[in-house]
Amino acid sequence: MNLTLKIWRQKGPQDKGRMVEYKVTDISEHMSFLEMMDVLNESLVAKDEEPIAFDHDCREGICGMCSLQINGEAHGPDRGITTCQLHMRMFKDGDTIFIEPFRANAFPVIKDLVVDRMAFERIQQAGGYISVNTSGNTQDANSIPISKQNADLSMDAASCIGCGACVASCKNSSAMLFVAAKVSQFALLPQGKVEAKDRVKNMVMQMDLEGFGNCTNTGACEIECPKGISIENIARLNREYLAATI
Amino acid sequence: MSGFLSSSIARKVAMALSALFLIIFLLIHLTVNITSLFSENVFNELSHFMGTNFLVQFLMQPILIFGVVFHFVMGFVLELKNRGSRSVKYFKYNGAANASWMSRNMAVSGGVILAFIVLHFIDFWFPEMNHKYIEFLPEDPTRYFAELQHKFADPLRVGAYVIAFVLLALHLLHGFQSAFQSVGLNKYTKCVKTLGKIYAIAIPSGFIIIALFHYFNH
Repeated sequence: MNLTLKIWRQKGPQDKGRMVEYKVTDISEHMSFLEMMDVLNESLVAKDEEPIAFDHDCREGICGMCSLQINGEAHGPDRGITTCQLHMRMFKDGDTIFIEPFRANAFPVIKDLVVDRMAFERIQQAGGYISVNTSGNTQDANSIPISKQNADLSMDAASCIGCGACVASCKNSSAMLFVAAKVSQFALLPQGKVEAKDRVKNMVMQMDLEGFGNCTNTGACEIECPKGISIENIARLNREYLAATI
Repeated sequence: MSGFLSSSIARKVAMALSALFLIIFLLIHLTVNITSLFSENVFNELSHFMGTNFLVQFLMQPILIFGVVFHFVMGFVLELKNRGSRSVKYFKYNGAANASWMSRNMAVSGGVILAFIVLHFIDFWFPEMNHKYIEFLPEDPTRYFAELQHKFADPLRVGAYVIAFVLLALHLLHGFQSAFQSVGLNKYTKCVKTLGKIYAIAIPSGFIIIALFHYFNH
């Protein structure tokens, strides 16, 4: 298939950036979206032009590196997948595809389609962990009974890969789903309860400091999340926060 | 903003609590007004009670006004803050693919409702305050029904009321269940969503029926 691509080009963080139009031809419907981008970059390199910078790593939907806003949707028009899992069969011959970086003030553009998502790392550092003191008396985790229901919910929350699609999709650039997932995965387990109050307060405070917007419960994050993280986790985050502060 | 309300979640909870308070108020308001469809005397009696009772006038009314102002001011502040969190906008943003129009346009529906409240105050509240507390006119417990009918004789006013209540329905379709989610009560999501849909359609419809009824029967 032949496609017209309108792609955001930005030389660096200080550059204003602009949309640039490219034509790609003979794209197989079996290609992944990133393979199509590779084909475009090969052609740019062959013409001695600067290739388009975009994030990727595992290309199997688990690392959370790929981060494209495709035709106005995070990770493109398909559901429950990352950009690297998006196939060209989702598009038709002659289509025009808009490709932009994830947009949020908390995710500044580094170059072209690559954004800095270190804000997520700083939120994690603020409390997204369980302190395990190596006293020699640490209890074996397998000896602590956990209900199947909570174990499953915790595992579901832990499947968040921190890609940032929730922020990119939200009209408010809210990171609430990400923080909710990271808080929930521990809040549901006995090991996480010891530091629960400090965790939720510190992570929410860091989230606010990073400049993300406020959640207005549109639910866009849940729809666009490649791992299907439920907004029920946001309700749990709200409960945890209220319990910790009141 | 400082203290508790400096947190995004606290602001969200505060919005939700003021919304839940206004939801209860709307139900009470409709309950009083709907009696005008069936009995002039009952409507006059209830209106007279609400208009002269000390607790309603000097405790509940100020709390209500505070609730309304807080909800609008906080909503406006949050909308500005949220818009500011994405300085560079998308060239293409397909918001309809993942969220309802109502959820994405609460500020729009809220703005129309605010304009309606201004009209409603000019129509009823300011004349009422003037009657009772400025000119100290003699109280007539039977005046309310006639005043109501007089207001709804104007087709433009009735039209404005109908449009405002349609926007209120859209606001509530998202706002009702959103308020529960914000205070962390998602456990009851299905029940809340169903109840929210019934409420969001029934309450504004009730107000529309009242306006139309008095327009066609004055």
